[in-house]
Amino acid sequence: MSDWRDEVEALTLKGQIKMPYTWSVGETGSRFLVALRDEQKILANRCPLCGTVYVPPRKNCGTCFADIGTDDWLEVGPEGVVTAFTIIHQAHPLQPLATPFAYAIIQLDGADVGFVHILKDGWDRLKNGVRVRAKFGIERNGRILDIDGFEILT
Amino acid sequence: MEKIAIVGAAQTKYESRKADQTFYDMVFDVTTAALEDAGLTLADIDNIITVSNDFLDGRTISSMAVGEAAGAHDKNISTVEGDGTFGAFYGAMRVLGGFRSTLVVAHSKGSEGNPQFISNAMFDPIYHRPLGLDTTSAAALQANAYLTRYGITEEQCAQVAVKNHGNARHNPLAHQPLEISVEEVLRSPKVADPLKLLDCSPVSDGAAALIIGNEEIARKAKTKPAWVKGVAHCAEEYFLGDRDLANPKALRDAAKRAYQMAGIRDPRREIDVAEVYDAFSYMEPLWLEGLGLCDPGQGGQLTESGLTAMNGALPVNPSGGVLSAHALLVAGLARLIEASLQIRGEAGAHQIPGVKTALAHGTHGPCGQSHCIWILGES
Amino acid sequence: MARRVAIIGTGQTHHRSQRRDVNGREMIHEAVQRALADCELTMRDIDAVVIGNMDHFEAINSVDTWSVEGSGGVMKPIMKVTTGGTTGTSVAIAAYYHVASGMFDKVLAIGWEKNSESDTTGAIVTCSDPIWDRYSYSGAIPSLATEASAYMEKYGATQRDAARVALRERTHAQNNPYAHMHGRPLTLDEILDSPMLAYPIKLGDICPRTDGAAAVVFAAEDVAEKLAPRPAWIKATAVRHTYSWFGDVDQRTGLESLERAAREAYAAAGIKNPAEDFDVAELYLPYSYAGLKWIESLGFCGPGQGPQFIWDGHTDMGGKIPVNPSGGVMSTNCIGATALLRVAEAAIQVMGKGGARQVPDVKTALATGFGGCWWSDVVILGKEKPA
Ligand SMILES: [Zn+2]
Repeated sequence: MSDWRDEVEALTLKGQIKMPYTWSVGETGSRFLVALRDEQKILANRCPLCGTVYVPPRKNCGTCFADIGTDDWLEVGPEGVVTAFTIIHQAHPLQPLATPFAYAIIQLDGADVGFVHILKDGWDRLKNGVRVRAKFGIERNGRILDIDGFEILT
Repeated sequence: MEKIAIVGAAQTKYESRKADQTFYDMVFDVTTAALEDAGLTLADIDNIITVSNDFLDGRTISSMAVGEAAGAHDKNISTVEGDGTFGAFYGAMRVLGGFRSTLVVAHSKGSEGNPQFISNAMFDPIYHRPLGLDTTSAAALQANAYLTRYGITEEQCAQVAVKNHGNARHNPLAHQPLEISVEEVLRSPKVADPLKLLDCSPVSDGAAALIIGNEEIARKAKTKPAWVKGVAHCAEEYFLGDRDLANPKALRDAAKRAYQMAGIRDPRREIDVAEVYDAFSYMEPLWLEGLGLCDPGQGGQLTESGLTAMNGALPVNPSGGVLSAHALLVAGLARLIEASLQIRGEAGAHQIPGVKTALAHGTHGPCGQSHCIWILGES
Repeated sequence: MARRVAIIGTGQTHHRSQRRDVNGREMIHEAVQRALADCELTMRDIDAVVIGNMDHFEAINSVDTWSVEGSGGVMKPIMKVTTGGTTGTSVAIAAYYHVASGMFDKVLAIGWEKNSESDTTGAIVTCSDPIWDRYSYSGAIPSLATEASAYMEKYGATQRDAARVALRERTHAQNNPYAHMHGRPLTLDEILDSPMLAYPIKLGDICPRTDGAAAVVFAAEDVAEKLAPRPAWIKATAVRHTYSWFGDVDQRTGLESLERAAREAYAAAGIKNPAEDFDVAELYLPYSYAGLKWIESLGFCGPGQGPQFIWDGHTDMGGKIPVNPSGGVMSTNCIGATALLRVAEAAIQVMGKGGARQVPDVKTALATGFGGCWWSDVVILGKEKPA
């Protein structure tokens, strides 16, 4: 079978979808991010039906499908326990820092669900069950990265 | 449930870069080939389901690129965005709901976009996307949770990669047929602990199509029908921290309902072959646990014991699986097609002898958040 | 054999240009809760969920899995169906087949969009083929403007005729508390004096960008009859997504996809004289000229008779076939929800729940979707259970 590319040059075109987005954080998420920014506190909220303490807080519980409201909010962390982790070796431009660094799912003290964030160092001590503590950034803008990362406590 | 069957199918060869074909070309090729496989013409096809994703295709309304290539001119058509098994599920419902036949076609070209940017967009823009998470790093968290929970070893995961890449040597359409050792997998470059390069599926270009028909169409088609005995899907929570990543409960639920529909009581004995969505090596044992084909924590031993090998009691991924060819969206449809070929006895060099009941599995969402299970039978 | 299927409940947000108080997932949840409340069900009663939107308006890849907390998909079957502007009708039709197939008894269909989160035109231009159309003939307005000018040329229709359609939509919206343009009436002169966007389309001729969500509950025959005092039965659905390139569309003829889809659906539902047989229509009219031409493609009147039909008041409230009592797309356009809102509003009319926008004694209602590359979807609903 002859290849058509022997007869005509195979062209490719470069393109990019590059668009600005402005995501509404909403009332629930704004309370959480403002507390990170202004008070260096990690807020959670509790489902009135099943009692699950969610962090980040939720407007409604996905399991009970009920509104959570603003009554039962609490502070969780800043310490917690690593329940899963990975050390990242392969770099890509969307990562907030250079490799190697680690992602971890952290069970913050007082919360019932895991919280995904980053660890910048201390790999030799990193294992599931290790205690960690949130370290806040100096410049904070109301983003999840206002927590600069979690540090391993010996 | 009324009787419906997969009566024809086609796949492209899976490759790292199909520079000579547009989406339209690939979809046209597999549509034509699926019709030919079934011995049907476009006039026998009542409606079309395309499967595509706007992020992968770099195009809003990505289905626009392929409708005519799929033969949809003057026909009813719709588009599912997700794994091909979900598109096939909708296609099956349309046959059960009044059409005689549905052609389901999926395509993707990983080579034309940036997989990390595209998979990062699956994560929540407020809480997770800024962390830079992508499919692979999230999977690494799941692998860590699973391996630590049960003491499953990286060697056991590597055995899956060795087996599936080895099986792919008997599948001429596979992207990465490889003869490799456990040592080579373990020594391959680290990607995200515990995942090494050879624990991860490649990103492939490819397309696949299948035809689902009612009994009338099954009689008309020249192929041996692969009857749909059971099918179900289910999704679990979205946030990784809300989930028990080592316990795929949505998969359990979908499997339970699919088995119930198919009248399967003891899946381990009754299923003759399984094609599961092993995007990463650890996923094969984890999904086999979720499918109830072994007890929780026992998945790691299955490859070592030879149970899941081509000549084992429960061959898993004789095609080479997703580890050997991973065109996103297409990969689940490919599992379903491979299962149908096993029922037909036409899987060529990777045919398992005497298959009466076959299982196909697709996943969608980070770390297998959503699963779709199909049980096919020869009668 | 397909099972009979009916809509038993609908819910929608109060549509706005921007909903900062909620993220997308939370906005979806609002519509779902209202739909469940409308048919007195809880999420536990729902067997499966179908959801749709357009990816690049919010840049969420795989909305089905991302949404579960708000859409109710936790530990349920959920799938995403998406076809551009027709997404809402595609979602409704998918929910119909979920039930008609016998696989599920109660299915939730969701359409949503938060158009405030991106540049709508920036996203929509990428629907054009990147090799052939994207840099030459793309976005929603240019091809609509081409259709409008071709129609004017052929039949002598005027900008004033189009403005009369826009006036109807905006006037009807004043009866719909959910409409984005509720509380913002316009006069014919204000529409005619609005700025020109692309000849002959003026700002007053085109749909807005909206944040909003819609949810609709579909149920199997026995469930519907038990739960709903007056279910809205699905009598027919038909879809034609025919063109792949914008240049393929012959703008000198009627809207071919709509003509073909309508022909199939009318035959299935026994519609012989649409203007008489339908009591109300909720049509996906993204701009005013569609309200002149596409009612011809639907057979409400003959070719070129659209303007006269409109000026005679046949499509106004109290007319022969009221069109868009809700105010239509030109009064609310949360794109992934837009076509589902047509189905929901048609169901509301059949169920008699329309309040100030209710057309009296609706027996048969028409809903349409439009999108993609001049694609059309048709859904026919009725008070009488289909044969
Ligand atoms: Zn709860």
